[in-house]
Amino acid sequence: MPETAGFIVEPKKGSTTMTDLTIRPFEIHVPDEHLAELQRRIAATRQPSKETVADRSQGVQLTTIQALVTHWGTGYDWRTCEAKLNALPQFTTEIDGLGIHFIHVKSQHGNALPLIITHGWPGSVLEMLEVVGPLTDPAAHGGRADDAFDLVLPSLPGYGFSDQPTEVGWDPVRTARAWAEVMHRLGYTRYVAQGGDVGAAVTDTMAIQAPDGLAGIHLNFLRRPPPDVTAALFGGAPVPEGLTEEERAAFAAFGAQFRKVYITEQGQSPQTIGYSLTDSPAGLAAWMLDHDTAATTRSHAPSPAGSPPAA
Amino acid sequence: MSTGTAGMSADPAVRPFHVDIAEEAVADLRRRIPAWRPPEREPVDDQSQGVQLATVRDLANYWTTEYDWRRCEAKLNAIPQFTTEIDGLDVHFIHVRSSRQNALPLIVSHGWPGSIIEQLKIIEPLTNPTQHGGAASDAFDVVIPSLPGYGFSGKPAAAGWGPDRIARAWAVLMQRLGYTRYVAQGGDWGTAISAALARQAPAGLLGIHVNFAQMVPPGVLGHIRNGDPAPADLSAAEKRAYDQVAFATYHRGYGVIQGTRPQTIGYSLADTPVGLAAWLLDHDTGSYEHLAQLFAGHSFGAITRDDWLDNTSLYWFTNTPTSAARLYWEQAITGRNFYAAADLLLPAAVTVFPEEYVHAPHSWTEKAYHNLIYFHEAEKGGHFAAWEQPQLFSEELRAAFRTLR
Repeated sequence: MPETAGFIVEPKKGSTTMTDLTIRPFEIHVPDEHLAELQRRIAATRQPSKETVADRSQGVQLTTIQALVTHWGTGYDWRTCEAKLNALPQFTTEIDGLGIHFIHVKSQHGNALPLIITHGWPGSVLEMLEVVGPLTDPAAHGGRADDAFDLVLPSLPGYGFSDQPTEVGWDPVRTARAWAEVMHRLGYTRYVAQGGDVGAAVTDTMAIQAPDGLAGIHLNFLRRPPPDVTAALFGGAPVPEGLTEEERAAFAAFGAQFRKVYITEQGQSPQTIGYSLTDSPAGLAAWMLDHDTAATTRSHAPSPAGSPPAA
Repeated sequence: MSTGTAGMSADPAVRPFHVDIAEEAVADLRRRIPAWRPPEREPVDDQSQGVQLATVRDLANYWTTEYDWRRCEAKLNAIPQFTTEIDGLDVHFIHVRSSRQNALPLIVSHGWPGSIIEQLKIIEPLTNPTQHGGAASDAFDVVIPSLPGYGFSGKPAAAGWGPDRIARAWAVLMQRLGYTRYVAQGGDWGTAISAALARQAPAGLLGIHVNFAQMVPPGVLGHIRNGDPAPADLSAAEKRAYDQVAFATYHRGYGVIQGTRPQTIGYSLADTPVGLAAWLLDHDTGSYEHLAQLFAGHSFGAITRDDWLDNTSLYWFTNTPTSAARLYWEQAITGRNFYAAADLLLPAAVTVFPEEYVHAPHSWTEKAYHNLIYFHEAEKGGHFAAWEQPQLFSEELRAAFRTLR
C-alpha cells in the first residue's frame, strides 16, 4: 500500500537509461481514515459456521479467529508499530523499475560486517525488528564488539512498503540481483546475506549469482535438496536409497511443504484469493495464521475440478 | 458420526418453505459490495493468475447497481419448496409434480459452486414436456434438494456428510414423498451423490443419469497420481481425458484449499461478498471465460448475470461458503478419487457436454458404468449444462430415462 505509506510512486518509464540511483529517507504514516476504515471492517466481520471437527484439520479454528479479531478490534494499536518502525532509519530506492523499501541500521562499531536479511511469507520486515539491536549492538546483547553487523532489511517486491510489480518476472532470481544492487548502492564492497522461507530462496540465489562483494550466506531454511531427492519429490522418481533416518524425515517434510495449500492457491490463482484477502481483514488474518500445520500431510483424494497432489 | 440411521428417529414432517431474507441482511450486502477494496490488477493479460480484475469490477458494478435479490426470492417462492429433517439435518428441497399421470419421479443434485438456482430452468421442460417440445409420456415429477451445508439446507455441525451420507438422505427423502419408483440425476457433486445412491441401490431407484462421468480406469489413475506421462496405448479421446483430469487434479487451487482448509478460506468468504463472488467464478477455465464475457455484456447460453448473482447472493445470505466447501474436505478424507471409474451395476445414462472440463470418452465410460443404457455427446453446453442449455439438458434426460419408465 504505497499510497497509504505517504510516498509518491513515480510512473515507471521502463527505461534503464533513466535509472534514478537516489536513496530517499522513508517514514510510515497511515492516515487516520485508513485506521478507522480497518476498525470499521473488523467490527463488521461476519463469521462462518464453526468447523465440524474438534481439531485444526479443517484449518484455523473459529475460536482462534474470534480471539484474534476481538484483540485487533479492541486492544491493538497500529500507531505503536508505526512508531517502532519510524524509530529505525528507513529508505526507498528504485531498482530495476521498482521502488524498494528497506531498513538500514549501521552499527556504531568500526568494521561491522554488512548483512542483508530477507524476510518470507506471511512475514515482512516486522519479522526482523527484534534482531536489529543484538546484531548492530552486540556488546549490549551478550556479544562482542567484533560481532557487529551493519543491517539491511529490505521489503520483498510486492510486500510491505516496496512497490507492487505490475508485470510478471519478479522471482527470486530478479530479487537477488536487486539486493546486490541495494548493497552496491549503499557502498558495501564486502557483505553477507541471510534468509529463511522466501528469504532463503532469495539468499541462496544470491550465492549462486555470486555478485562482487558477497562473502557468504546463512540460511535458516534449507530449500535445495540434492538432485536425486528433488527428482523423487517433484518428478515422481523413486525415493533415493540409503537415506538416513534424518534424511528420510527431511524428505517427508519437503513433500509436505510441496503440498502446502497456500502454495497451491497462491501459486495457481493468486488473483482469485486476492479479492478476499484485500477486502476482509479477518479473512487475511486467518490465511496468514495457516502457514504450516501437519494437517495437509495426510493423503487427500481429488474432488471435482481440483485436488491436492497425491500424498 | 451417524452410521446409516437416516430417518430412523427423525421428525418425518414435510414443511412448506418460503425464502424471506431479512431486510437488514439485504441492506448489509448493498453496503459491503461498493465498500470492497480491490487488489492491484493482475500483472498478466489472461486468466493465468486467476479471476481478472476487470471481470470482478464488472460483476461488482452490476451487483451494486442493477441486481435485485427480491426478484430472485419471488422466483423461488413461486415454486413449491419444503424442508424436512433427515438424519438430524434440515433438508430443503424444491418439489414440483407434473400434471401428467405416470410422471417419472426424478431427484436432481446440484454441485459446487452451484445450488438449486442451477436447476430452476429445467423444472418447466421436465414437468410440462408438451409445452417444451416433448411428449406427455416424457413428464417427470422433479425433486431438487439443497445439499447439506448449501443454500437453505442445514449446515452439518459434525463431520460425516460426504456423498454417501447425502445419498442415504436422498433415498429417505424420496421414500418420505411416497415415491416407490424413481431416478436420480447429477453433475459435479451431483454425479458423486447419484453414483453413491446407485451403489446403495435403495428400493425404488431405477437408474441414474449423469452429465459428468466418473470414468478414469484404476490403472490410468495411478499414472495421474504419480504425475507420470499418459500410458502409451491411449486413444486420442482417452489422451485428451487423461490430460484434462491431470490438469484438474493438480491445477485447481480452490479444490485443494476446500479439500484441506475449508475453515481457513471460510473466514474470507463469509466476510467479503466480492471475494466470494471471485471465488465462485474460478471453477474451470472454460466456464470462467464464458462468465467473464457474460459480465462484459455478452451471453452465456441461458445463464444471465442475474442468474449468476442469484446463486452468489444465495451463498452470501445463507453464509454457506464454508459449509459448502467442507464437502471437498469430506471427499478428501475418504481417500477416494473423484474421477475414478464409478463402477456401477444399476442402469446408468451419460451425457457428455462438449465444453465440460473433462470430456469423458465412451471407451472408459462403458467400463465404468457396467449397465450403460445411454451415452450421448450433446451439441453444446459445458459444466453448468442444466443452467446454460436447459432445453437440450431436458431432452437428454427424456432420452436417457425413456427405457426405464
